[in-house]
Amino acid sequence: MSNTLLDVQDLKVHFPVTEGVVISREVGSVKAVDGVSFSLAKGETLSLVGESGCGKSTTALAVLRMLRVTAGRIVFDGVDITNLEGKAMRPHRPKMQMVYQDPFSSLNPRMKVRDIIGEPLRVHRPDASKADYQKRVAELLDLVGLLPVMADRYPHEFSGGQRQRIGIARALALEPELLICDEAVSALDVSIQAQIINLLMDLQHDLGLTYLFISHDLSVVRHVSTRIAVMYLGQIVEMNTRDALFAEPRHPYTQTLLQAVPLANPELEAERPQPLIIGEVPSVRNPPAGCRFHPRCAEALPQCATDAPAPRQRGDGQVVCHLA
Amino acid sequence: MALLEIDNLSVSFRTDAGRVHAVNNINLHVDPGETLAVVGESGSGKSVTALAILDLLGEAGRIDNGSIQLEGDNLVQFSEADMQRVRGDRISMIFQEPMTSLNPVIPVGKQVAEPLVLHRGASWPDALAAAEDLLKQVAIPDPEGRLDEYPHQLSGGMRQRVMIAMALACSPKLIIADEPTTALDVTVQAQILALLKELTVETGAALILITHDLGVVARYADRVAVMYGGRIMETAPAREIYGNPQHPYTRGLMSSIPDLSGPIADRLPTIEGQPPDLANPPPGCPFAPRCPHVSTACNDGVPPFEWLTPTHGRACVGHE
Repeated sequence: MSNTLLDVQDLKVHFPVTEGVVISREVGSVKAVDGVSFSLAKGETLSLVGESGCGKSTTALAVLRMLRVTAGRIVFDGVDITNLEGKAMRPHRPKMQMVYQDPFSSLNPRMKVRDIIGEPLRVHRPDASKADYQKRVAELLDLVGLLPVMADRYPHEFSGGQRQRIGIARALALEPELLICDEAVSALDVSIQAQIINLLMDLQHDLGLTYLFISHDLSVVRHVSTRIAVMYLGQIVEMNTRDALFAEPRHPYTQTLLQAVPLANPELEAERPQPLIIGEVPSVRNPPAGCRFHPRCAEALPQCATDAPAPRQRGDGQVVCHLA
Repeated sequence: MALLEIDNLSVSFRTDAGRVHAVNNINLHVDPGETLAVVGESGSGKSVTALAILDLLGEAGRIDNGSIQLEGDNLVQFSEADMQRVRGDRISMIFQEPMTSLNPVIPVGKQVAEPLVLHRGASWPDALAAAEDLLKQVAIPDPEGRLDEYPHQLSGGMRQRVMIAMALACSPKLIIADEPTTALDVTVQAQILALLKELTVETGAALILITHDLGVVARYADRVAVMYGGRIMETAPAREIYGNPQHPYTRGLMSSIPDLSGPIADRLPTIEGQPPDLANPPPGCPFAPRCPHVSTACNDGVPPFEWLTPTHGRACVGHE
């Protein structure tokens, strides 16, 4: 039995850009994800970090097969799911579940908590008895630190942190192996965020879950990850173990990101050089030629503008840069 | 003399659930040229304080008591016409959402020029020329070409630069920035905050920075006020509040952020429980229901704000 739960090779997700109302024709494409490869070992947490538009959420949706894959290969638990659709995909869906960012819009306001958490069970295990169903809902509420009596309430009766617990309970209903957390703690206040991070880490430990954790918040990522992949304009620019990435970031973009985040410590901040950040993230519709980061890179060489760098192995990780 | 002095200010809102006391008896001052960070979580009253200063509380909100002195003028007694002369001139505001706080159907140049026409009586051509300089000052590339563009043609970072240019137009004494970078990416956030700080230093304006991000506070603030449940829990110089926090809430807040440096703990320390419901506030200290050091004295009444040193104060009866 292999230890790899998920293997993604050269994943591409391109969205067509069309013009014309009556006769629509394709005039180009947005390469939201453009050649992403990574694998996920059982029980580990891989974080995808990057700024808006870097393709981290699109990568997650492609892995869940909620989007059509343009090219590449996704192997989940030994099964190639790249092109599975509809009924063929359904048996694999319980094993991979998602926790969404917004605890307000991701729960149906007209459904009771019991029905929200129980919906995956009704869809995937329609033969279960009513008693088993009630018991499982109570178990799930308990698992995420809510009281079983709360099953009869509606989402608006809960705070943001409690709603996120409901979202997590729903994701756990079918005993998944892979949990994808897409900015799952970003909308929460810091004191509540810490509670949810602890819950996610306890659940991983107790249930042996594997996480694909998507976040723009590097301090949260540092806390939860085994490994980290930094994305920029649809590609992974650097991937390494958590400690190595923070101790020795090799890609200039990773270095920029780390410098840009202020430390919650005025003494350390005063000693730190002010970050030198050039420009803004360009549009994914027209990514720069060569290395996609070169227009913002302080160390760019002439070749960076013309030749796209290939991934290079450095230590336990890899980096996609001519300079590394 | 302080530039802005808030004394015993209370603000409440009329809601279906009854009157919500969003801000309760707060005292706060800002000196010329300093950056004061107001820190707190959702519902702590930090944004309401800002809106009260500018008299933008809306129909449902009202100031119940207290005064807001700007250079000796009590803004609470100002008429709406008086306040219109203050807004955008002596005090300007930068809002969180650069997408919704600019007018989508007016070119950005005109929006930046407008305060100069309204407050300084400038002619539109002069004001537009000044707007071009302002756009240059906030490092927008090709400022002349941008004047005629509409907000949707600009990125989030560029829109926030336009907001800053607009805020600076009349050289205000005080700029209030309410979560100015929360909607932006980290690299853009760093650029915008560095720019804002640099411009306040250049123009001598004071800055009230409202944020929930303790990293941002550490990098940019001179002084910090920590709010919770509509009250100020602690205030101190920035280094002091990180190095020597004196209120249990401040300490809890500090320790619950995962750190970017230093050792990684297995579990994050948390503050158990939920923030108070301000329609039914606890009788005493608003933090008492979640406080690890709570004693009976905490529920007997709201703890008075006390100065421990001339610059460091807290509202807590604890002696731990």
